[in-house]
Amino acid sequence: MAVDAQIKCRNIWKIFGADPEAFMQRYNGKPTADDLAQEGYIGAVRDVSFDVHKGEILIIMGLSGSGKSTIIRCITRLNDPTAGAVEYEGRNLLKATPQELIEIRRHKMGMVFQSFGLLPHRTVLSNVAFPLEVQNLDQLEREKRAMEMIELVGLGGRENYFPRELSGGQQQRVGIARSLAVEPDIWFLDEPFSALDPLIRAEMQDEFIRLQQMLKKTIVFITHDFEEATKLADRIGIMKDGQMVQLCTPEEMVLNPADEYVAEFARNAPRDRIVSAAAIMKKSTAKTPPRVSGASVLANTKIGEIAEQVINSEVPTPVTDAAGMLLGHVDRERITKALFGKGDIV
Amino acid sequence: MNSAVTDLGKTPSSSIPGAHSFWVQIVAMICLTVVLSLVLPFMKTWPQEWIVPIKGWVTQFFTWLDKEAAIGSLKFKTVTRSISWLLEQPLDWAEYILYRGIKARDLPAMFWIFLPVIGLSVLHTKFGMRRCLMVVATIWAISLADNVLFQFGLFELPHTAMEALGVKKLDALPWIVIVAGAGILGHWIGGWKLALFSAGCIGYLAVMGLWRDSMRTFSIVLVSVPFAVGLGLGLGIWVTRSKRAAAIISPMFDIMQATPHMAYLVPVVVLFGAGQVPAMIATVIFAMPPMARCTILGIQTVSSDVEESGRMSGCTPRQLLWKVTLPSSQRILMLGVNQVVMQTLAMVVIASMVGAQGLGHKLLFSLQQLRLGAAVEQGLAIVLMAVVLDRLTQAYANRAPGELASRETGWKAKKHFWIFLAVAVAAYLLAQFVPLVEKYPRAYTFTLGRNIDFALRAFSKHAYDYINPVRDFITIYMLIPFRDFFLWLPWTTVIGVVGLTAYWLGGIRTTLLTTGLIGFVILITGNWEQGVLTLYLVTSAVILCVLIGVPIGIWASRSDRAARAIMATCDTLQTFPSFIYLIPVIMLLKVGDLSNVIAILAYATVPAVRYTYLGIKRIPDVTIEASIANGTTPFQRLWKVELPIALPEIMLGINQTIMMALAMTAITALIGSSDLGQEIYRALPTADSGRGIMAGLGIAVIGIVADRLIQAWAAERKKQLGIN
Repeated sequence: MAVDAQIKCRNIWKIFGADPEAFMQRYNGKPTADDLAQEGYIGAVRDVSFDVHKGEILIIMGLSGSGKSTIIRCITRLNDPTAGAVEYEGRNLLKATPQELIEIRRHKMGMVFQSFGLLPHRTVLSNVAFPLEVQNLDQLEREKRAMEMIELVGLGGRENYFPRELSGGQQQRVGIARSLAVEPDIWFLDEPFSALDPLIRAEMQDEFIRLQQMLKKTIVFITHDFEEATKLADRIGIMKDGQMVQLCTPEEMVLNPADEYVAEFARNAPRDRIVSAAAIMKKSTAKTPPRVSGASVLANTKIGEIAEQVINSEVPTPVTDAAGMLLGHVDRERITKALFGKGDIV
Repeated sequence: MNSAVTDLGKTPSSSIPGAHSFWVQIVAMICLTVVLSLVLPFMKTWPQEWIVPIKGWVTQFFTWLDKEAAIGSLKFKTVTRSISWLLEQPLDWAEYILYRGIKARDLPAMFWIFLPVIGLSVLHTKFGMRRCLMVVATIWAISLADNVLFQFGLFELPHTAMEALGVKKLDALPWIVIVAGAGILGHWIGGWKLALFSAGCIGYLAVMGLWRDSMRTFSIVLVSVPFAVGLGLGLGIWVTRSKRAAAIISPMFDIMQATPHMAYLVPVVVLFGAGQVPAMIATVIFAMPPMARCTILGIQTVSSDVEESGRMSGCTPRQLLWKVTLPSSQRILMLGVNQVVMQTLAMVVIASMVGAQGLGHKLLFSLQQLRLGAAVEQGLAIVLMAVVLDRLTQAYANRAPGELASRETGWKAKKHFWIFLAVAVAAYLLAQFVPLVEKYPRAYTFTLGRNIDFALRAFSKHAYDYINPVRDFITIYMLIPFRDFFLWLPWTTVIGVVGLTAYWLGGIRTTLLTTGLIGFVILITGNWEQGVLTLYLVTSAVILCVLIGVPIGIWASRSDRAARAIMATCDTLQTFPSFIYLIPVIMLLKVGDLSNVIAILAYATVPAVRYTYLGIKRIPDVTIEASIANGTTPFQRLWKVELPIALPEIMLGINQTIMMALAMTAITALIGSSDLGQEIYRALPTADSGRGIMAGLGIAVIGIVADRLIQAWAAERKKQLGIN
């Protein structure tokens, strides 16, 4: 499958300590965890490489201290990585001059922060217009654009409020509107909903899905919440101790966790919404798949949606591809095991 | 660390690791040095012939700076005189406007430009700190350019025109305008209550007949504050930007804040002469460090999300600073401005010693002549001005961010400004016909000076019979023996004990720093005796401060109603310039050591109260509830739970008390003493800069040593208790 990589991260290292550059040189750019511990350095990000595909939601997940916030700050150059390369539009972002970086941030990147990062002395309108203001855009034009964004996130009528007059969820809507005001190519979200209470969080996640369906941005999204990740992600990358342990679709992660650590996350995952019929069906052995008539399910349907149909059926339910060709069968036993089993899915 | 933990279990009152051996070593050190000093006299008193003439060198250096120093053909003296002249310009303007009025021949052409510039900038919709600074800079630049042009005889048109019209002089703002201005400002910032309070206080200055002097003092404040704020802001920003700047400037601020006000005056007099401008220079230098500190704190405490969101919005570094970082820390910055204003006022009063006219000068004069009634009123005027400025700046700082950016549009958004303008114009015109509007009539002034004098005389006749014996008893049987004990102490004992304590608390570096400072600045300069006398005064006062302040703090922590009253009193007391505290002390006790101690006590008790209260209040509720559940009596709870946990905080309060006490010793020199403060005071009229500076630094050294030791102790103790 040929996918368009919008950003390519290659061998990124971020090391904290007295003299990280010299330390990296001493170990030929490949220090081990022991080397780090021995010299008292901290490897926040260690040799991480991945691509972000155009138009996808890539979620980077991990517990606190796993390096997920650091990696997003390396890509945006809020922190400078110790080593590595971030390729964007055919050039290495890490080599960009401060001026170039400012230009890129003004037109290509938008970012949403965990505790919103709103300017307390400015109104909603002025906060959202801020990225345009620093580009010296004409006041009328920037306020017009800002108003569009405010309407987009559903805060119309509150543009003259100050941040302190808004609830947490509303403040984050302002943060989202601000990050979208420059119409960025890439949208970074650093735990955007973690500071909100559960009900508002769910509401904001739905809002996020709605926005993405309209905007189709390339998104890098950080979270520590596996449920949130599975709900929103096209692909999930799990980080641990500064390394990327596994990067794949939620379904693959549930089906084939790379190690115990990932398996631990995957164990509590809502399988009904992640696993598709194709993953649990008994494959058809027929050389030329016959066309199925009558009750059947599509291969890429999530098992939660077909559960009722399969369980109510006395015979195994056929699974077909989009053309209606038979791929396999799902019976009661398989779906029950996949939904409620403690161990393997198949 | 292990020993620290076990120790904590055994002796909760002491926190030094291995406290037992610490005390043994201290006793051993005392015995050793005392015995040695009995055998070897030079270990008791630093011999006269060993004194290094540092004071003389410093004096010579300043004389050289003043008389001979030059860069190429540019004499240093020319530089200082130019600076004076530059600073004189804005001060002149403030005085023209506030009380002097301006003669037609002094009126430069740019006056006509200068007014609209202020007007336009005030009218601009977003009037932020940056624009404020720009306006100040513009006004200054214009008035300078103007002066230069005027010197060359250009732009004489306006004054010729005025003379042709027969107008000889433009009057200053009528007093009513300034009173109304205070009220309108108060309303804009804090509503009707603050408006009435400000207008009332400022109006009362006129009622007391102290209008002109008040405005003189206020002129210096008005011009010094922007300079100090601008300078502090700049330095603060620089410190956060450059590690090297931080390494140089931060310790400098430490010394500057520990040096008493008066010590600043000495070099300023030598380099800049006497008068309003040198007073202003000393004021700016003295008032600047708190602003710089607040700027550093403000910039460092902006949340990283806000800062990062600014960077991700594509701010250039400059945009980030002016549009994100500084506005987000507006509250702390405004608290810095508040501190600058208060420090400025305190310093302006003291600067009367170098010839600054105004309230301070009057007060100094009254005190020296023991005209206490007048002194009380002049003191009251200073206090009123201080309280108004404090309330206004505090209320401004405490407004929620963005509250100033009004949502109203049109004239309403600026209604306070327009109303003020209307009042000003109306009053100015009316003043041409109704003298009452222009100047508060002398006939209506109402002073209590005579009555106070009379009452005091009556009071002293009767009360001194009771007060004097008490005063003499305390002086003769408590203070004098205490003083003699301090004077008897061999220098080796003092330095030995300080060094040893420093070693236990902070390691060898602290020892070297503290003993080095004491040795070089106080001992070998021949200031030992004065230094010890300062120490004696401060120690006596601080002991009393703690005995009085800590119980008050505990009381406040027990009752919310008491706490409100006590904290309000503390707030008000802290706005009084130190000078003021001399008045009641002289009234009640006349002069002498006890007066000094009581004046210091009155000035320096506040932090002891405040920190005790805060320390106890900050103990988590759970801890208190647990101790109640364990069955403690209230007294046991206080003694065994609250005080030990609050002790680090209380010690920090005592640390501040010591700092304030040291600053006050310099002021009490005015009513007679023989300590380092007196040295500074004596150095002033003779402009003996070495004597004054070394004495000032001596006081600073005592402060720094106490500060280092207490901070080190409190940090260690907090670590043990797991408090942050």
